[in-house]
Amino acid sequence: MTAEEWTAVRLSLLVAVTATAASLLPGIAIAWLLARGRFWGKSLLDTLVHLPLIMPPVVTGYLLLLLFGRRGPIGEFLDQTFGIVFAFRWTGAALACAVMGFPLMVRAIRLSIEAVDTRLENAAGTLGAHPLWVFATITLPLCLPGVIAGAILSFAKSMGEFGATITFVSNIPGETQTLPSAIYTFTQVPGGDAGALRLTAISIAISMLALLGSELLARRIGARRVAT
Amino acid sequence: MSLDIDIEHARGSFRLVAQFAAQPGVTALFGRSGSGKSTLVDIVAGLIPPQHGRIVIDGTTLVDTDRSVFVPKHRRRVGYVFQDSRLFPHLSVRQNLLYGRWFSRGPGGVAGDFGSIVELLGIGPLVERRPDSLSGGEKQRVAIGRALLAHPRLLLMDEPLASLDEQRRAEILPYIERLRDIGVPILYVSHSVAEVARLATTVVLLADGTVTAVGPVSDILPLADSGDGGSVVEAAVARHDEAFQLTILASRAGELHVPKLAAPVGAPVRAYIRSRDVMLSLQRPVDISALNVLAGTVTGLVPSGAQAEVRLDCNGATLTARLTAKSVQRLALAPGRPVFAVIKSVSFERS
Repeated sequence: MTAEEWTAVRLSLLVAVTATAASLLPGIAIAWLLARGRFWGKSLLDTLVHLPLIMPPVVTGYLLLLLFGRRGPIGEFLDQTFGIVFAFRWTGAALACAVMGFPLMVRAIRLSIEAVDTRLENAAGTLGAHPLWVFATITLPLCLPGVIAGAILSFAKSMGEFGATITFVSNIPGETQTLPSAIYTFTQVPGGDAGALRLTAISIAISMLALLGSELLARRIGARRVAT
Repeated sequence: MSLDIDIEHARGSFRLVAQFAAQPGVTALFGRSGSGKSTLVDIVAGLIPPQHGRIVIDGTTLVDTDRSVFVPKHRRRVGYVFQDSRLFPHLSVRQNLLYGRWFSRGPGGVAGDFGSIVELLGIGPLVERRPDSLSGGEKQRVAIGRALLAHPRLLLMDEPLASLDEQRRAEILPYIERLRDIGVPILYVSHSVAEVARLATTVVLLADGTVTAVGPVSDILPLADSGDGGSVVEAAVARHDEAFQLTILASRAGELHVPKLAAPVGAPVRAYIRSRDVMLSLQRPVDISALNVLAGTVTGLVPSGAQAEVRLDCNGATLTARLTAKSVQRLALAPGRPVFAVIKSVSFERS
C-alpha cells in the first residue's frame, strides 16, 4: 500500500470522526426539539434537516460551496471574523459529511427520544429535578442506544460520502481526498485497479468494524440495564 | 400542613370545578373513574396547569392564575406516588431512592434520612436490586420511599394500590397507615371504599368534575358508595380468636366479629359495613349462622324504586341497611321502631 493510499485512509477517518463528533450535540438538541418541542415552524425545521437526504448530493455540495466558499456570505464572514476557512480544506470535507449525515443521525435519535416514557420525566420533575437535569439523568441515558445508532449512521455516511464532498472541496490528495475520492481517482487512471481494490477492501473493513463496535456498545448498555 | 384548592379546569366537554381545604392527615379524593380525581392531583403536582384558580400550600402560593403565578413542578416540593410506580429503569433501587436528594431544599417537609425511611418501608433488602426485578408491591414501596426522600411538604398518591392484587394491597396498606400515623400529609386518590374507610381522615367526594361533599370519613363515606351505600363504624380491636381466625372488635354498637386482622389488641380500626350486607329482624334471632347481631332503632327510610335504604341508630353508631320495599312493608319499618341488624362476618371486606 502506498503512502498516498494511507493518507486517504487517515484523512477519511479524521473527516468522519470530526463530522460525527461535531454533529452529535446539535443532533441531540434538534432531535429533542423535534421529538418534544411544540413551536411554530417545527415542520419547517424538520424539512430543513431532511433536505440533504432528498436532494442530490451534488446539489448539497454546490449549495455549501455557494454559502461557505471564500466569497460565500457565511464563508466570507467566518474567514474575516474567525479566520476559519472551509473551502478546499479537510474541514470543508468534514462539514459536507456532517451535513449529509445529519438527517440520519437526527432521525435515529429523535425516534429513541420519542420512545422514552414522558411519565418517567414527569416523575423526575416532581422529585425536584430541573428539566435540564431530567434530560441529562433520565432522557439521555434511556435513549442512549438511539444516540449510538445515530452516531454510527453519521460515521458510516461520512466514510462513504462522495458527491457533496467532491463538489464542495474538490479532490486534493492529502487535503480533501477521502477514501471514495481516492477510489474514484484510481478508477480514472490506467492500471489503478489494484489500488482501487485495496482501498475498497479497507473501506469495507472499516464499515464492518464500526457496525461491530456499535453492536457491542449497544449490547453492553442493554446488559447493564437488565443486570440485577 | 394546609392545602387550599380553588380551581376550574376544562378539557373538551369535561369540566373540573374544585374548592376545598385539606386538613392534616389523609385527605381522600374519592369518586368513580372519570370524576376528575387524577386530573386534580396532576394539577396540584404541577403536571397540568389549571385554567383558572389558585392552590396554596402552607401559605406558599403554587398557582394563582389571577396573579400569573405558576410554580413549576420541580419547585413545588410535592411528592407524587403514581399508580404505575414509575421507577427509573436504568437506575438501581438505591439510586432511585436517592434521586431527589440534591433538590430537596428549604424548610419543612417530611423529615427522615435514607436509613429511617428504608426501615419504615421495609425495603432494606431491595436497595441493591434493579427495579425490573421487583414485585408490584415492592416497586410501590420503593416509589413511596423515593417520594418521601425528596422531603415533600405534601404526598400525593394516585390510586397507589389499584394495579396490585388483594395480597399485595394488604402488604402495602400498613405502610401507608404508618405514614399517616407519623404525620405525613397525604392527598390520596381512590375509588375503593375499603381503602378510604381504612386510611382517610377527611373525604372529598368528586362526581363528574364537581366536589359534592367534604367532611370526616364517617360522615361522607356513606354518601360515597355509589353502588349500594354503607356505613362506617369506629371500633377498636378487643381480642383475637385464634382458633377460628377471627378478630372481635368493640364498637358503640356492640361487638363485631370480623375475619382476622393483623392489628394488635387495642388498635383503632374502622369497619365499613355495606348496606346490602345488613339484614333486619324484629326479634333477636337465635340459632342463626351470622355472628353479628346489633340492636338498634330505625331513624329514617329513603325509598328508591323497589328498594329502600333504612337508617339505624345502634347506640350512637349509624348503620344503613338496603332492603326491598316488600320487606319494609312486611316488617312495618318506620322511624322509632326497634330492630336487630344481622351482619355475616364473611361479608366484611378486608383492606
